[in-house]
Amino acid sequence: MAELSIVEAINDCFQVELERDPSVLVMGEDVGRAGGVFRATAGLRERFGPDRCFDTPLAEAGILGAAVGLCMAGWRPVCEMQYDAFSYPCLDQLITHVGRYRWRTGGKMEFPIVVRMPYGGGVRAPELHDDSPETYYVHTPGVKVAIPSTPADAKGILAAAIRDPDPVVVLEPKLHYRTMKGDVPDGEHVVPLGKARLAREGNDVTLVAYGSMVPVCEAAADTLEDVSVEILDIRSLKPLDEDALLASAAKTGRVVIVQEAPRTCGFAAELAAILAEKAILDLRGPVLRVTGYDVPYPYWQIEDAYMPSVERVGAAVRRLLEF
Amino acid sequence: MAQVLPAERDLRRVIGDADGTGDREVDGLGEQELLELYRSMVLLRTYDERSVVYHRQGRIGTYAIFWNHEAMQAGAFHALGAEDWIFPSYRESAIGLLRGMPAATVLSWWRGHPAGWWNPADYRVASICVPIGTHVPHAAGLAWGKKLKGESACALVFFGDGATSEGAFHEGANFAAVTNAPLILFCNNNGWAISTPVEAQTRAETLADKAVGYGIPGVRVDGTDVLACYEATREAATRARSGAGPTFIEAVSYRVAPHATADDPSAYVDLERVEEEKKRECLGRFEGYLRRAGILHDDLAASIRSEAADAMRTGIAAAESEPPADVDLLFAHAYVDPPASFGADLDELRGTLG
Repeated sequence: MAELSIVEAINDCFQVELERDPSVLVMGEDVGRAGGVFRATAGLRERFGPDRCFDTPLAEAGILGAAVGLCMAGWRPVCEMQYDAFSYPCLDQLITHVGRYRWRTGGKMEFPIVVRMPYGGGVRAPELHDDSPETYYVHTPGVKVAIPSTPADAKGILAAAIRDPDPVVVLEPKLHYRTMKGDVPDGEHVVPLGKARLAREGNDVTLVAYGSMVPVCEAAADTLEDVSVEILDIRSLKPLDEDALLASAAKTGRVVIVQEAPRTCGFAAELAAILAEKAILDLRGPVLRVTGYDVPYPYWQIEDAYMPSVERVGAAVRRLLEF
Repeated sequence: MAQVLPAERDLRRVIGDADGTGDREVDGLGEQELLELYRSMVLLRTYDERSVVYHRQGRIGTYAIFWNHEAMQAGAFHALGAEDWIFPSYRESAIGLLRGMPAATVLSWWRGHPAGWWNPADYRVASICVPIGTHVPHAAGLAWGKKLKGESACALVFFGDGATSEGAFHEGANFAAVTNAPLILFCNNNGWAISTPVEAQTRAETLADKAVGYGIPGVRVDGTDVLACYEATREAATRARSGAGPTFIEAVSYRVAPHATADDPSAYVDLERVEEEKKRECLGRFEGYLRRAGILHDDLAASIRSEAADAMRTGIAAAESEPPADVDLLFAHAYVDPPASFGADLDELRGTLG
């Protein structure tokens, strides 16, 4: 067990997984010589060679498209998209091929592709370095999506994604890449997809979140001293741990879902719909959402006003308790 | 870095059409190989003509016609080895037949039946790419991946003139070039992307000129001359295997059939030109070549046509005798490890079906 940041935990995962499986390769913009703009892949090119950690041309659709062919040749490519909003060109390949190719072969050929990227705002970055694009990915059939919130999960979920026979998109909370430290198991560490994490136990209300909204929920819970708050870290959006969601809703009867992405058709809407379909008699009030707004992610001088805050989460909890 | 020469401007030809230029021979192609090429072209022609009929009879769905493209398909195919991979667009939907794929499989694909699924590894033929040009990066990745594994296989990707306007074509071609991947970029320039002429796709004088920008050779061949297509592809495959990287081949023809069964080209095409081009269609040209060389005669031609017709009769009968697809195929292959919701969805669906 070592205390690592999220970026260090991701790098640790790569060191273990590339050593374990010689068919795993890492590709993306600046992942080799530079070790990634966030240094997530630092040292891999030196240790495993330029064929296993490869600097690609600046072409996100080309990266993911080439990954499809690499799978056909027997490789397990891990593709880095340099930033959330720079991943949009790769959606073409993801939607038209990556999520469909196995189905198209009648299940005969596997496409164990990982797409990973830093996501989310709060880092005072230029435009389009701040998006929360998870809905686009979750909505794509044939693809799995996970978003860790802690260093240990960042390592374990990436390892699960690399070992998974299906395409997996992993979004990493860049806000906490270096600021959050935590104990991370040494060596092989796998956190299975499809299992939520109960981040905090409580009885009065459940805060449901993933990625960088989990620490916001924890801070909000700390301010709500008179309320017993449960926090469910979804961490695997697809497959989803519906049992954990429904169990917590049944226990507290009150659910607030917190999501950084814009509100309309965001993943919080899917969670709310599941609760409406399957937990209606357990609920003591409406399912509330605290989300980003339906606007372009703002310039950084006003980005704090966009981000779901401790205050907004706290206010939603109060409103629900008073319902 | 080796100097990249400008693309060849003149269309390479081997078949002389007895028009004064004279027939050439291609090294290494004896009577047997020439007849194999002919057999492949006849099979593809028969597949295509029967498919249009099957469509009109309501036995297959919308179909992308490839009449007069058989020379490029068969010519390129025969220049490859058995271990080489082919990435077809919908225009080359039946290319797998040349690797032994049953006609029923491709007909099932056009019938919208899951029996049209195949395992690309079985035939080294990727799934038919429906969106334009998005399979070019796949071919680049496969070629690069084979090279990384120390295997000698190369890849060939078919795409049309319109695809050269797509970003995916550019990204794939560039990717293959910088990785020096053993890839053949085979462009079927038939002059039309549905109703849009090639002049509206590019200001470049030729599509092969695009190769210069990737630092790779560009070659132009007469796309209705099967031997020219064969020869150019064989050279490209040799280059690829030698470690010299990708080649762009522009095979020039003229689309004399509609884009697909749902298209009416009379609204945009020059019908006189179509009639003119039909006179030099690719199968007839190759037949003329073989007859002038004394290799083909009426009885042999009839027997080859009859073999192909039999394959199609068997194929459509097999495709039509496929039982209706079970609804569990909606869910069966989307994931190796499907989400739990699939089970409940299937149960609910079966409940409503009674």
